[in-house]
Amino acid sequence: MPVKPEIHKRLAAIVGKDHVLTSAEDLIPYSFDGTAALTQMPGCVVFTTDAAQIPQILRLANETGIAVVTRGSGTGLSGGSLPTPDCIVLCTARMDRILELDRANLTLLCEPGVTTLAIADAATEAGLFYPPDPGSMKISTIGGNVAENSGGLRGLKYGVTRNYVMGMEVVLPDGQVMWLGNKCVKDVAGYSLKDLFIGSEGTLGLITKVLLRLIPRPATKKTMVATFGRMDQAAEAVSAIISAHIIPCTLEFLDRTTIHCVEDYAKIGLPLDCEALLLMETDGHPAVVAEEAAQMEKICRDQGCLEVRVAKDDAEGNRLAGARRSAFSALARMAPTTILEDATVPRSELARMIRFVEGVAVKYNLRIGTFGHMGDGNLHPTFLTDERNTDEMHRVEQAFHEIFDEAIRLGGTITGEHGVGLAKKGFLPKFAGDAQMRVMRELRKALDPKGILNPGKIFD
Amino acid sequence: MSPVNSPLKNLDYSVVQQCMHCGLCLPTCPTYDTTQLERNSPRGRISLMRAIADGKLEATRTFAEEMYYCLGCLACMTACPAGVNYAELFENARAEAEQSGVLDSPFRRALRGFTLNWLFMDLGRLQWLGAAIRFYQTLGLQRLLRWSGLLNLLPRRLRDLESMTPTVQPHFSADLIAPNTPALRGGRYRVAMLTGCAQDLIFSDVNRDTVEVLARNGCDVVTPPEQHCCGSLHAHNGELDLARRLARKQIDQFPPDAFDAIISNAAGCGSHLKHYATLLEHDPLYRDRAVQWDRKLKDIHEWLAEIGIDAPARTNAPEQTVAYHEACHLCHGQKITAQPRQLLSAIPNLKLKEMAESNWCCGSAGIYNLIQPEMADELLDRKLKHVRATQAETLATGNPGCMLQIQNGARRENLNLRVAHPVTLLAEAYRREATANTNATAPKPGETR
Ligand SMILES: Cc1cc2nc3c(=O)[nH]c(=O)nc-3n(C[C@H](O)[C@H](O)[C@H](O)COP(=O)(O)OP(=O)(O)OC[C@H]3O[C@@H](n4cnc5c(N)ncnc54)[C@H](O)[C@@H]3O)c2cc1C
Ligand code: SF4
Ligand code: SF4
Repeated sequence: MPVKPEIHKRLAAIVGKDHVLTSAEDLIPYSFDGTAALTQMPGCVVFTTDAAQIPQILRLANETGIAVVTRGSGTGLSGGSLPTPDCIVLCTARMDRILELDRANLTLLCEPGVTTLAIADAATEAGLFYPPDPGSMKISTIGGNVAENSGGLRGLKYGVTRNYVMGMEVVLPDGQVMWLGNKCVKDVAGYSLKDLFIGSEGTLGLITKVLLRLIPRPATKKTMVATFGRMDQAAEAVSAIISAHIIPCTLEFLDRTTIHCVEDYAKIGLPLDCEALLLMETDGHPAVVAEEAAQMEKICRDQGCLEVRVAKDDAEGNRLAGARRSAFSALARMAPTTILEDATVPRSELARMIRFVEGVAVKYNLRIGTFGHMGDGNLHPTFLTDERNTDEMHRVEQAFHEIFDEAIRLGGTITGEHGVGLAKKGFLPKFAGDAQMRVMRELRKALDPKGILNPGKIFD
Repeated sequence: MSPVNSPLKNLDYSVVQQCMHCGLCLPTCPTYDTTQLERNSPRGRISLMRAIADGKLEATRTFAEEMYYCLGCLACMTACPAGVNYAELFENARAEAEQSGVLDSPFRRALRGFTLNWLFMDLGRLQWLGAAIRFYQTLGLQRLLRWSGLLNLLPRRLRDLESMTPTVQPHFSADLIAPNTPALRGGRYRVAMLTGCAQDLIFSDVNRDTVEVLARNGCDVVTPPEQHCCGSLHAHNGELDLARRLARKQIDQFPPDAFDAIISNAAGCGSHLKHYATLLEHDPLYRDRAVQWDRKLKDIHEWLAEIGIDAPARTNAPEQTVAYHEACHLCHGQKITAQPRQLLSAIPNLKLKEMAESNWCCGSAGIYNLIQPEMADELLDRKLKHVRATQAETLATGNPGCMLQIQNGARRENLNLRVAHPVTLLAEAYRREATANTNATAPKPGETR
């Protein structure tokens, strides 16, 4: 049942007329997120400009039973902010103020619609560092990052979004507001509910403020590129680096297809005659950086790499990292539809997983480009397909099943950083098992008895 | 509406489908940056175009207005890793808007008929209008009118328009440039010079400077006095058929195999001129020549970088600081970013100052500043703020629209700023060099030869 004009009016009374969208031309651009082949029209879109508006909207939703789907910038890759039919899309893009940068406690407090890049820039300006840097950081919001517990290119050394969230303000589905966490480094008062909301994918509650931890900026960094004649050599090199007790901040991987697409876009002179490329970065004290860089270079050579190139300065290093960030979108040059996976395995199993993915692509006669956060054991095999080709889409589906089964068998997970959303909903019960599914269901029911927040996502 | 009349439905679906909605273009889109509405973003606009191609949406008035709210600055194309051809989508979307007739009104029809179908289809007509405006300006009528306050009786839009009317140059290009200009020393290349419409009317001196610079760098330059509009105005305003007609005229006048290069010095024209092959792909008679044409078409900065600039000699002229504004259709439309800077750096006594957001649209965007004055003003203010921060005395930019827009803005804000085409700055340096040489070789007073 479409959202009634009467509801539009009530929403307009809360947020102002200019912040409610209802026409088809306004809604079509909100009928998808970054996920391939999923579209659904919302009932209306509402922009909040002040956290105080949100409890009122959620109370209205509870009263009328209308679903609310929270959206940051809609770059999610599991359908998390995809509307449910006739829902209210609550968009936080206009809540984009940084509220406080506390130089004494090294924290930053902001609204949920601030982009990841704006946070990183603000930290840099204060001589500090906010490490999580998802490929989408130019536009992804911190609310989305927290709700997906996003990773990035520096996960290996610095961890993911969760490691930087010290506190947050949450509005519960019934409109009640609560503060979780604080500026203390230690806090064990009660359950760590803050952690429950990190990665909650727009269910359970709406994040209206985020308190982030910043760290001192590393003094120097060094960026290198190593190329390999075979993919599993690159994987072996990563395992060897880790087992040599080196924790570089970045160990990113691109396969041949991805390298060509990225070079086609970025034109920064990536080596094209190789099967795999590792982007490696170490940062910290100059002496340590120099030593680690030399060790990594040696390990790559021992694994029979074709070439190691060292970026001559930070600018070149940033260009390389920037090019890597464009990998997923650049792959879209190859095919009308790109569907990427997010399977993650323990690092010791990387080479095996990579070979398995290659085999699956051959078996189902699918084109594939693989890249990913190799240091985290997090691969993004990306199927290059066409959503209008139903036969091929069916084979893609089958390939996924095999890849997920194998990831689970190797002690891995079905999603490392993109979340379950709609895209991986079908695979979750098998991965999580009955007990975990029951606890998650009961938790959600307790917080959101009427099921108004992002219904149908993660699980029913 | 039958699909036959729908440019978006007829467009190769892979072009429409290319956007994978990653959102990486959003932060570089000036309209999205201002409103934070997806509809005003590249990703949102493409989704509307796709909805039309899919038959899920009619070309409504709101759709058409949205397509005219887009600047066509193509910043999204630079940002897009997926290689989405927004330029092609945009032209077809505006054509869709026009063919659906949703924006139709007698006034708009008359205006478009006058400008696109009549005025810009023939240079003679344009020059006639230019001469009329020049007449109005030189007779002092303009000053009289502005002074009298009579203009204040006009509605704001028209009044703004009057104040934006550029000063028409006392001469058109044909008065300043010979049809054949031989290279200064030993011609290495034979090139054709496109004089453009706005450039010809308002900045004919830039055309003269371009020809001088080309001749100085070993090019024999052919500049026919009677030229046609390149059709970019038509293509960007949904008149693809008229644009095709003009493209054919151009190719007839400048057979590409007769030249080493065909030179444009107006970024907006150049960006369109390089895509005749797409425009004429279904025209068996012109298709092949159009492909050749695209290859020969060079922006002046690009061409000079290719053949190498003969750097002017240092003179004792005072140092000048210059900021560089990248015209959208140069940096995004043609991916030309390093060459203009190289050109400026070749000028002795010139200090190039980089400014923030140098590749953001200034709001000129063809005729955008006329149809969307609010958004255009906002962008102009943003641009001027960055220009001011550089403290440069001159702003260089390679497109007549940008030159006019920024000149108008500087005047409005009483900012003492010279706006010049990079080629003009180079031509001036050559002239200084020539003067220094003649002074050096001229007999000193009292000296006998
Ligand atoms: C090109 C590209 C590269 C990417 N690279 C990475 C990467 O390297 N690592 C990575 O982890 N991910 C990556 N992603 C995925 C995506 O960018 C992240 O998941 C990101 O955090 C989503 O942010 P968003 O603002 O776009 O959120 P949205 O997509 O709008 O929303 C994501 C989820 O968060 C919920 N949500 C949003 N805001 C709130 C809030 N305030 N309160 C409660 N719930 C909320 C939504 O309901 C939804 O379930 C990439 C995506 C793209 C397109
Ligand atoms: S236009 Fe390009 S950058 Fe923008 S959303 Fe589409 S694919 Fe991404
Ligand atoms: S052309 Fe410019 S204004 Fe239009 S969508 Fe692209 S970036 Fe935005």
